[in-house]
Amino acid sequence: MLRIPVSDADHVQGNLNSAVVLVEYGDYQCPHCGHAYSIVKQVQQQFGDQLAFVFRNFPLAEIHPNAEAAAETAEFAASKGLFWEMHDAIYENQESLSVETLMRLAQQLTLSPLSLEDAWVKRAYLERVREDFSGGVRSGVNGTPTFFINGRRHEGAFELEDLVAAVDAAL
Amino acid sequence: MSLLQPGVPAPDFTLNVTPSQQLSLHELRGNPVILAFYPADWSPVCGDQMALYNEILPEFRKASATLLGISVDGVWCHEAFAKDRHLHFPVLADFEPKGDVSRKYGVYREADGFCERALFVIDKQGIITWSFLSPVGINPGADGILDALDNLAR
Repeated sequence: MLRIPVSDADHVQGNLNSAVVLVEYGDYQCPHCGHAYSIVKQVQQQFGDQLAFVFRNFPLAEIHPNAEAAAETAEFAASKGLFWEMHDAIYENQESLSVETLMRLAQQLTLSPLSLEDAWVKRAYLERVREDFSGGVRSGVNGTPTFFINGRRHEGAFELEDLVAAVDAAL
Repeated sequence: MSLLQPGVPAPDFTLNVTPSQQLSLHELRGNPVILAFYPADWSPVCGDQMALYNEILPEFRKASATLLGISVDGVWCHEAFAKDRHLHFPVLADFEPKGDVSRKYGVYREADGFCERALFVIDKQGIITWSFLSPVGINPGADGILDALDNLAR
């Protein structure tokens, strides 16, 4: 079960009062999360405003050296109201993920790469990322991506048909 | 023999932690210890169990707990694995006699020749306070360990 309930403090697409709330714990450098990225988009399209989607950070920094910087970059963008734009941009550029890529993406979203660098150096958004991570661990997240549907952990595969069936069952 | 249960003293052992160093469980008496038995090094899954624990070490440290990974892989295999995954905790080789410690904890799979995926939390007096047997293919995460450490602190 999800130990940290979804709230306004989360990054949410859609309305938290929707029939179904899908939460993903993800790592920006994890290839499985990259695969899940486009699947979640399709699930969202299919269910429209019946579904809200929440993304929480779960970077496995020791095996994915850019995952934490990427998560901090998305949180930095969130502080300027551009979380989802950055979230999407990072996943769409996952194969070339690097510090340079993150700075380029910031620039493309008209964010200051220098401010981003400053945020990294000061680790201004790391605490938020680590809080997501700790909450995930307490909820039994054991790898990425891990999904929760209305607070219950989604077990098994996360191909389109699996997630659609799971969301359908929760409607 | 089945998984050792809470209330039982944790069997002592001395195992190689590197090719030249050994570690004994009794040396850690005075603080909690987490034993994470796992079937084999080099699990292919993203976010495999040891990679996850590696990230959670700060939370284990908050509880003054020491994490030890254990499998039947030999020291050189462990060394390469730990280096590749940047593991910041010891992985012990239950290698000779093979699976001896796993057997003492009731987690050796005779038919397979490796140990179960099993977790133990041991209190500062050396008593097992929590144990968990996970299906071999399933990463048990860390929520159970953290809850058990919370219970020790109460």
